Amino acid sequence: MQKERPYSLLDAATLGLYGGIAAIMIALVGMVDAFERKDIIADVVTMSQVLLSAMAFTPAFFAASRAQRTRGKGISLVAGAVAGSIAALLVALLALAIVPLNLRAVFVNATPVLVNELMPGDLEGIIGAVVLVAAGLVVGVIAALLTWLPGVLRRATIISLVSVTLIALLADVIAVVIPREVDRYIYRSNGLSVEGAITVFVVILVIACLWQVLQPKLNRAVANLPESRRQVLRFVTTIVLLALLFAAPALLGSYLSEVADLVGFYIVMALGLNVVVGFAGLLDLGYVAFFAIGAYTMAVLTTPELPLVRSFIPQLSFWAALPLAVLAALLAGVLLGVPVLKTRGDYLAIITLGFGEIIRLLVLSDALKPVMGGAQGVTGIARPEGFGLRADTPQEFYYLILISILIAWFITARLKKSRLGRAWMAIREDEDVAAAMSINLVGYKLAAFATGATLAGLSGAFFGSKLGSMVPASFNVLVSINVLAVLIVGGMGSLPGVVVGAIALIGLPELLREFNEFRWWVYGAVLVAMMLFRPEGLWPDAVRERELLEDHEPNVIDEDPTGLAKDATVPT
Amino acid sequence: MRTRTLLLFSVLVLFALAFAACAAPPATAPVADAPAAATEAASEAPAADAAASTDAAAGCTDALGCVEIAAGDPIRIGYALVVAGPNAALGEDSARGIEIAVDDLGGELLGHPIEIVGEDTGCSPEGGQAAATKLASDPTIVAVIGTSCSSEARVGAPILSEAGLSMVSPSNTAPDLTDPEKRTPGYFRTAHNDLVQGAVAAEFAFNNLGLTKAATVHDGSLYAVGLATAFADAFKALGGEIVSEQAVNVGDTDMRPVLTTIAAAGPEIIYYPIFTSEAGFITAQSKEVPGLENVKLMAADGSFSQDFVNAAGEAALGMYLSSPDFSAFGDAYQGFLAAHEAKYGEPPLSAFHAHAYDAANVIAAAVQAVAIQDGDTLIIPKGALRDAIAATSGFQGLTGTITCGESGDCADPKIAVYEVTDISAWNPNVTSPMKVYP
Amino acid sequence: MFSNLRRKYDFTDYILWLIGATLLIAIIYGSFVTLSSGKYTTEQWLNFVIFGLAQGGIYALIALGYTMVYGILGMINFAHGEFFMFGTFGAFFVAEALASSGFLESNPLLSIIVMLMAAMIVSATVAVLSERIAYRPLRRAPRLVPLITAIGVSYFLQYTARGFFGSGVEAFPNVPALAGVVQLGPITMQRSQIAVFAATGILLFLLWFIVSKTKVGRAIRSVAEDKDAAALMGVNVDRTIALTFALGGIMAGAAGVMYGLVFRQVAFYMGFVPGLKAFTAAVLGGIGNLAGAVMGGLILGVIESVGPSLFLEGIGIPSPHQLKDGIAFTVLVLILIFRPSGILGERLSKRA
Repeated sequence: MQKERPYSLLDAATLGLYGGIAAIMIALVGMVDAFERKDIIADVVTMSQVLLSAMAFTPAFFAASRAQRTRGKGISLVAGAVAGSIAALLVALLALAIVPLNLRAVFVNATPVLVNELMPGDLEGIIGAVVLVAAGLVVGVIAALLTWLPGVLRRATIISLVSVTLIALLADVIAVVIPREVDRYIYRSNGLSVEGAITVFVVILVIACLWQVLQPKLNRAVANLPESRRQVLRFVTTIVLLALLFAAPALLGSYLSEVADLVGFYIVMALGLNVVVGFAGLLDLGYVAFFAIGAYTMAVLTTPELPLVRSFIPQLSFWAALPLAVLAALLAGVLLGVPVLKTRGDYLAIITLGFGEIIRLLVLSDALKPVMGGAQGVTGIARPEGFGLRADTPQEFYYLILISILIAWFITARLKKSRLGRAWMAIREDEDVAAAMSINLVGYKLAAFATGATLAGLSGAFFGSKLGSMVPASFNVLVSINVLAVLIVGGMGSLPGVVVGAIALIGLPELLREFNEFRWWVYGAVLVAMMLFRPEGLWPDAVRERELLEDHEPNVIDEDPTGLAKDATVPT
Repeated sequence: MRTRTLLLFSVLVLFALAFAACAAPPATAPVADAPAAATEAASEAPAADAAASTDAAAGCTDALGCVEIAAGDPIRIGYALVVAGPNAALGEDSARGIEIAVDDLGGELLGHPIEIVGEDTGCSPEGGQAAATKLASDPTIVAVIGTSCSSEARVGAPILSEAGLSMVSPSNTAPDLTDPEKRTPGYFRTAHNDLVQGAVAAEFAFNNLGLTKAATVHDGSLYAVGLATAFADAFKALGGEIVSEQAVNVGDTDMRPVLTTIAAAGPEIIYYPIFTSEAGFITAQSKEVPGLENVKLMAADGSFSQDFVNAAGEAALGMYLSSPDFSAFGDAYQGFLAAHEAKYGEPPLSAFHAHAYDAANVIAAAVQAVAIQDGDTLIIPKGALRDAIAATSGFQGLTGTITCGESGDCADPKIAVYEVTDISAWNPNVTSPMKVYP
Repeated sequence: MFSNLRRKYDFTDYILWLIGATLLIAIIYGSFVTLSSGKYTTEQWLNFVIFGLAQGGIYALIALGYTMVYGILGMINFAHGEFFMFGTFGAFFVAEALASSGFLESNPLLSIIVMLMAAMIVSATVAVLSERIAYRPLRRAPRLVPLITAIGVSYFLQYTARGFFGSGVEAFPNVPALAGVVQLGPITMQRSQIAVFAATGILLFLLWFIVSKTKVGRAIRSVAEDKDAAALMGVNVDRTIALTFALGGIMAGAAGVMYGLVFRQVAFYMGFVPGLKAFTAAVLGGIGNLAGAVMGGLILGVIESVGPSLFLEGIGIPSPHQLKDGIAFTVLVLILIFRPSGILGERLSKRA
């Protein structure tokens, strides 16, 4: 940010305008109507009220805090009020315009019901609009007052507000993992109870304050420990983390384990794609093909259906089919790798995308129906069993998926620090230079593709077995795109980032059932916002982050363009 | 810069909180809490009743487990129907049938309110998979009404069945689903089997229209493949000839090339039992392909809605649609239509509202038959419920007499062929389409 | 074009040639069998081609937007298909109003022009807004960042349309004047197809004229060549890029009207697949190259239409039309193997 110029009220009005437009979008998309029935605090506050006030609160908050920095407290109050009331004014105008202009003809959600929901209480017409604007003004002033608070308290308040909303939304999920007494205290059948909401707010407020105060001290304390002690600490943390991970299904119950499984499939896939895109810099938009190959190999080899296939290959068990599925994906990776090597950049993207679609269309076709099941797919896929155990429930599958994640993690983490990993990074930075350094492009690119494909195949094999049935439509191009998004939102090239990205993009939308109808809408908006405000990802890779923070010019080379020097110090 | 990380941070705090909360009483794991807690009025959170763990409790000896419902809590019945997207009319129609059935039951069963939990299935296998997985992971669900499209059931039914649930579909018609070798134990349907529908369509085309050369088009869905095959088999058995069997993909828009291929084979009728959007494209574009100007068109119940006629436009005039025979339904059906008109202000959207109404009632009757009152708690054993649905016999529904048996085919199928006579006013047998056979 | 540092030939080249030769032989063999079976008359082959060209014309119009944005920014604008979808909706609502007032029947030409204007305005507005809000701040970000942003924009726009206009399929009003056929010698053509060809031709000419003959076009080309140098020469880079998006949006809007007139269905998800196809078409022709985009679109349309019957039916593949997209992508891969920068190569920009 450059030096701030004094804040004018026009800027506040502009911010309010944005908030108002966002609120109008929310109303017209149908969110207000859908969330009118969803209470955050039972019989007191609904989700639509929260959403609409947030559209006045957020611009007012930003307007006020900027005004306060440059013009002082008094002006900040005015700025907040202006932003809040302008946001509300837009909503009021929408509410007034819906019926006379017959907006229903274009916008299906612009119904008289929506007008009632937008207007406060039972008021209507001009009076309702005036009250609405006044409400926006009040929200704006509250937001401005919030900016007067000291930093720690201000952040804690916002965290608590967001958390209360989230806790209310995730009621179904949270109720499973908390003791019944707590559940009965904080939740009613429709949202939080009033005392529950207050308690949650206060508890989180306290935790957030303490965290902000103590965290730097804790960090310093850890940093001051001698290296040997720190290693012990790291070791203990890892053990505790692993123990928690292994204990999770017992605590989470069936539905959360189901979601965890889904997240797990994406983590394994994303770890694989990370090698291709994050390490080697090869943009692959058809990654789903390998996932499909793994899943379909598992399906075709273990199903009792498909008499033609059964006539020359006996029905295999899960464990017998697993290596074959992974091998098939690996072979496909090498095979696809060959044409891919000839192209670069966007041509590579489109060839891989085409390959993904070709695979999907082939398994879908009538022509291959006798061996692939056609559009109907394959059912009766084997479940893993052995040693008297059989994985049937999501909880049991969780362990298998966890183990495959750990394997994938271990492999990619080792590869990253190996000679191979450094060669990939060199290729990613500049192919021509890498070639000049006598790095064998063909071999290394093939290796990247094969590694990525193998992990996708592994994920696919488990995916097929978990679902028990396999249909071609599960392998459309959107899966590739989602995996790529997981990778980038998490932080390209970063292993922990992959996990964070998968939880954020796959797990959270799955949990926020209320948003089901709007999940892709929110997903799109979040993706754009992420890229605008935090392009390095939620948990960026150190090398990547450094690159992003530089002015990105392809030819500007700093002392250590690839991070080779840094990585070279790590014993391999 | 800081404020951006707030959201992430608060999520992390949430997780930390959740972990802290559940790590606190390690000695009394949730399992131990369940029996005591289940008797209390719990929140409506789906997994909150911890029904999975109640097998250990006294009172449930059912091999498939039980659903326990505390006093005042709702009996939750799931539905897996296509209620969004291009085929929404099909599922929305059934959902309304369920709602009217719940209204007619007075909104409650055995003193508990009935709650309907809906999942959209998108009329695709993966949609059925997702919806079934969601419903199966919710231990408070008693039974499921659905699915809408046969493809959804093929992958969804095993998932639900394995979770101990029973499902009654109002509109799956593919023969495969009740084929004794392929049927899953929890699967039932009040819709007709397409062996019947295919035969009626073939008889109409061969005997009434006097046509001998037919072409079929399917879209890869279980429903379309099954019905196209049933039609082809019946048509050939009557002495007709199938001159071309083609397929399109869901999402295709340009049907002219495939229609040209069909035109080259010289059919007299094209039978395309597929869904709204693609069937609309075929209908409209068939008029633009040389050689098909005078070929008869026929689709089936998957396209039996105003949405389809809208999509097809004027080209739909004079085409045929096979569907359940509403005029053969009992007198109670008129009462249903009146209730529908009163509640939604329009005639039914598609063909399977009455079947959904019947499905809900079959489930309700079975629940009443097997539920056990244990103190304040209502216990519904899932295995017994499944057996009770299978034992349904001579049940008087809107669609006729319903008798399930082990086949899973509960319906008393009556199929008719309708002709589209007006493209703007959808009201079967009143304005358009009008019944022409039998 | 590519670096000379690589060895001229290595084992991958032989594998590639092997793959290419196998596919080519299969295609030729399939075509031979089909043609010699005499199942289709010449007229029917012509029909296949015409249907393909009509579809290809729509691809071409969308592909132009892709290729222009790529040429100037070097980014794949995944959301372009959604601009097209919004344009179709814009035209749809206007057409509904015109149809219900009877104007559509009495003044078909004027009505279509009004629809075109509406669709172009809507598409261009959505395109410019997307550029302003989502893409402009990312000018200097690494290339994957704008790509993901574009994917986000695509999701957002698609589901905005779903929320705004509903999740069902709407029927585009019938334009009576475009119904019926015209006999051109041995060829029978739908009037709606002729309208598509005519409109595509006119729009292409206009676009060509703008890009190559006007001052604005010179600005666009100069920015595509080198943003910094263009800025130094007094070109307003931001405005030029916004203008490029607007032009792309206008073409997408026009494609939307064509789509509405030819296919007569409107739905929120309709932008994605044509968008993907148009991107393929742009790459096929050589991304960044305007003529290439048009050629790629037409070729793709014709392959999709002719390919299944010609290549597959002969070798006894059942339901060949199911695989039309597969054929299109296979041909794409083949072309890229042997001509790595598309049929016409790149022109607007030189990066790959």
